[in-house]
Parts: sequence; C-alpha cells; structure tokens
Amino acid sequence: MADASVQSSRSRDLDKLLLRPGNLVGPRFEPGPEMRDDLQTYARVLVVGAGGLGCELLKDLALSGFRNLEVIDMDRIEVTNLNRQFLFRLEDVGKPKAEVASKRVMERISGVNIVPHFCRIEDKDISFYNDFNIIALGLDSIEARSYINSVACSFLEYDSDNNPREETIKPMVDGGTEGFKGHARVIMPGITPCFECTIWLFPPQVKFPLCTLAETPRTAAHCIEYAHLIKWNEVHGGVAFDPDNPQHMKWVYDEAVKRAELFGIPGVTYSLTQGVVKNIIPAIASTNAIISAACALETLKIATECSKTLSNYLTYNGAEGLHTKVTEFERDKDCLVCGPGVLIEVDPSVTLQKFIDLLEEHPKLRLSRVSVTHRGKNLYMQAPPVLEEMTRSNLSLTLFELMGKLSKDVVNVNGTTTKNDQKISCLRKLSVVFKGIDGVTDMDTAGGA
Amino acid sequence: MIKLFKVKEKQRELAENASGGAPVKKQTAGELRLHKVNFKPPLDFLLDMTRDISELNLPKSCTMQFPNGKDDLMNFEVSIRPDEGYYLGGTFLFSFQVSPIYPHEAPKVKCKTKVYHPNIDLEGNVCLNILREDWKPVLNINTVIYGLYHLFTEPNYEDPLNHDAAAVLRENPKMFESNVRRAMAGGYVGQTFFPRCM
Repeated sequence: MADASVQSSRSRDLDKLLLRPGNLVGPRFEPGPEMRDDLQTYARVLVVGAGGLGCELLKDLALSGFRNLEVIDMDRIEVTNLNRQFLFRLEDVGKPKAEVASKRVMERISGVNIVPHFCRIEDKDISFYNDFNIIALGLDSIEARSYINSVACSFLEYDSDNNPREETIKPMVDGGTEGFKGHARVIMPGITPCFECTIWLFPPQVKFPLCTLAETPRTAAHCIEYAHLIKWNEVHGGVAFDPDNPQHMKWVYDEAVKRAELFGIPGVTYSLTQGVVKNIIPAIASTNAIISAACALETLKIATECSKTLSNYLTYNGAEGLHTKVTEFERDKDCLVCGPGVLIEVDPSVTLQKFIDLLEEHPKLRLSRVSVTHRGKNLYMQAPPVLEEMTRSNLSLTLFELMGKLSKDVVNVNGTTTKNDQKISCLRKLSVVFKGIDGVTDMDTAGGA
Repeated sequence: MIKLFKVKEKQRELAENASGGAPVKKQTAGELRLHKVNFKPPLDFLLDMTRDISELNLPKSCTMQFPNGKDDLMNFEVSIRPDEGYYLGGTFLFSFQVSPIYPHEAPKVKCKTKVYHPNIDLEGNVCLNILREDWKPVLNINTVIYGLYHLFTEPNYEDPLNHDAAAVLRENPKMFESNVRRAMAGGYVGQTFFPRCM
C-alpha cells in the first residue's frame, strides 16, 4: 500500500501529461497508463557527460519516468565541481563522475537503473550508441558534439524517395551553457538540422596575436597567454603544458604576474589564469538547471509524443533580465553528415579507377579530378603528389573490396565540376549500392515486423 | 516514438532468446555493416580537411610530408623553399596540427627549423595573423601555406616575435641580410646558434 501511494505521488505530474489527451499531442499519442509503463520499460536514453548539465539531466530524466539510463564521461570529480554538480560530495573528489552520478541518482530515485561508462566517447564501438533510443548531450566542447553527431547520423538511412526511414533516426537532445547563457536543441537527423548543418552557430574563440603577447601586452589576459603560449615553451622545452596539472598552472600564474608587473597591468589572478588558459567561462548552476529541464522535457516529448517537440533551437539568456527565443533553423540539404547523398549503383567488379570514370560521366555529378574517401580512409587522393603516389595502387582494386565488401555504404568524393561555365570545387556524399550483392538490409525488419 | 522503441526492444529480446538466452547484440543491417568495418566511426567531420588537402595548389618549391600515412591528414609537415628575398636558398620545415573542427578553428602551425626571423621566435612560434586573430572558416590550408611563404619573402619588423631580429631589420637591413645568410649557412648570430638549413 505504502509503495503504491509513493508510486502514484511520484508520477503525479507525469500522469498529467501522459494519461490525458490534449490538443498539442502528436498524431500517434495514445494517453493512458500503458504509455507511462512503456516509457519505463522500453525507452533507453544515453546521457553524454556527467558534469554540470549531466548531473541535472540524469536527475531530471529519472524523475520524468525514464528508468533505463546510461551515462558516459571520462572525467574525475574535482573540488571546483562541487558548487554546481550537486550529485558529488567532497569525499568523491578524484572518483569518476559517471560512476558517482549514477550511484547517487539510483540511491535517491527507486526503480531507476543507470549504467555508468567511465571512458572517452571515442572508446565505445559505434554499435554502443545504436542501442539507445535517444541521446541527450550535456557537453562543453564542439569536438565532442561533432563526434556524437557524426555517429548518430551514421545510423540514418533514406528510402528511395530520399525520405529518412524513421526506424533509423537517432534523436539527439543537445544542451549547452556558458555563464548566464544557454541553448537547448532537438536534432532529428534527416528531419531537423544536425550539428554540422549549423556549426557556424558557434562563435570562434578569441585568439590574441602572438606578437601582441610578445611585444605589447595591454590586458591581464595578454600577460597570462604570454606565459602560457610563449614563456612555457621557452623554459620547459619539450614538456607539454598540462592545464589539469596545478603546478603547471601555478607556474603560468607566477610568470603572468611578473609580466603584468613589468608592464604595469593590473588584474592577473589565479582564477583568471585558469579561466584564460582553459578557456573557462564561469558555470552558473541555475543556467544548467534551466537548460537541463528543457532538454529533459524534449526527451520526454520525443519518446512519448505527448506534445510537439521544440523546433528546433532554444536560446536562453539570463544575464540581464531574461531573454529566451526559439529559432527554427533549416537543414543544409547538401550536408555531408546528415544528407542523403547521391545514390550510385555499381557492379561489384568495378575498380576504383572505373568508379572515378563513372563519376565523370554521371549526369548529376560530372566530377573531374576526383578523390575518394571511405570512413576516414583515403582510397584515392589526386593531390598532393605525395598522397597520390601513396594511394595510386588502389586504382586497380575493386571498390567493393576497398569498402570492406559491404553491400552498401557511404563514400565521400571531391573534385571539380562545371557550373555556368565555371569550374567549382565540390565535395559530395555518395550512397554506393553494389548490384547483386545480398544486402543484409533485407533482413532488417526493425519497424516492419 | 515509444511504439518504435518497443518494437526494437522486442526484437532485441527475441534475438537473445533465440540464442539460448545468452546476451547477444541485435543484428540490424546497420550493425552488421558496422561489424564489418571494425566499428569505425564515419569521421565525416574530417572531410573538409580531405577536400582541402586534395585541392592544394602549392607554391613551387613547397612540398608536403604525411608522417602518419595517407589516412592521417590532420598532422603533416610542409617544407618551404623561398625563391626570392633574404631567405632564398633556405629550406624551412613547418608542422601542421589540424583540429577535428577545422575549418571552424585554425590549424596549429610551428616552425621546426630554427630560423633568424623577426616574425618567428626561436621556439618556432609564428606570428601570422590568419593563424590566430584573423582566422575565418573560409580560409584554408592553402592560404596558410601562402601566408607562411610570404613571411619569408616579406619579413616585417612591425609584428615582432624575435625582437632582436626585428630591430636589426628595421635599423640596418644590410646587416639583417648578412645575419640571415650566416644563420642559414649554420652559425652564430649574437649568442644564438642556428643549424644550417640550406
């Protein structure tokens, strides 16, 4: 009895969304307790990052009815995390974030199972990522987002009309914060813009000219960067600067102070040194909480269709008053990461040379001076000469063999094409299908069984 | 999408039962495909670099080396042989380290050859605006190589990294020229020894 009442009170708010019909629900939404149970049983969500956003996300998702969660993070807890990464305690310093975060949430919220992964995102096979229904990102770097995006988009397949096949869409919900600012976005590969479609949204980092640092420093940050980028190498030669080594950081701070005194510049502090060197913008706990809440809600909406999802990019700014806005960005239809690419059917006996010739004749492509890349491997590079020479022997091998004898896969080509009598460079994604090879695709009945 | 998740989960369970309860991974087309390529991620985000490299149009007398082989285009070396100016006859090796988010971020470039030059310090740091404050994603490796080439044909004393060299160039170009020749031939300029690079 006691259990049942706890249970019902815990899902009280969720029930308002899942047990009742509404006007904003998705076309397939069927309200009822089955929806709540299915969410608990079948939805599998991966949280990438167990830092400021990750802690919030795990808590929010667990309290929103998700029970199968996993979290991946390569970092260990530092004392400076404790002000906002509320799942961690002083005695946890030095332990893996993913493991402690999982344990703490499971202790507080019964019925939730969280599997931690203490490793780099690149350490996991890409099939690991395919096992999740939704991937929620709580990351602080463009590189990591770019990687996960590329992995998630690689599962995407298109039908013959270039419409994405729903069962291959791996939805992502991405959150990010910087001080009082943040964003939350929904990425449905093939439907909404992927991370790569809109990478220009990220402002480039401010970089000071080296000669300013060396000759005419004017700010405290200039003094710090001088110590970090120039003085460090001068003094330490081959030793690489490690921003996570407190002794290294202290050395840079001391040198920056000397430099600042020399030029009469005020304002060099240890925390500013850390900030400049590690490119840190102070994290604000409430921004993380707000952005995470938005992300968790979107995750719930994707899973249950209890409401339309955010379309597709929310920005939040709490620096002066509060400003929030949703922008519907558009896909880059030629995006190399999430676009369908051009379908090319070839015979498995075709050599790479013959394939390159075909691209020149192909009515949609008319590509000349072609280079071909397959999953990070350069099959043929037409320039520079040193790479041409290294890849030339592949020309006489069959494409089928070079692509690992897959019945179909994506290759990327670049070359020049002629448009309005002008030669332009062109990088294209090609979806290559080998004729007469029994596609394992036919066995894939996901969604159709 | 919960119905879809359910179907997928049921399929996974079915596959597990079929194999006698042993926890096997489901084998969708996507997965089978991935098994065969050793779980290699697609790395699509590196393609800008592939394009850039395959379209290089280097100045004559510039050559490239890829020490990690044909599939690592993110780390390479460029040697530059200026064909005019103070540095005529010298060969200067630069290392390039390209970030995965290139061209969103400039490549990191270091001069591996110790050189007496106002805009390159003795640690190999290079003061070239497009490598730092003026980098734009529309720029590319070709622009950077031409920029480096330009540093040798037109060294300038206004953005000094090697203060002494800059001062000499500004006040006594003849002496600067002879210092450069001495350094390139292998010898001392002031207290600093420069290995031969001709």
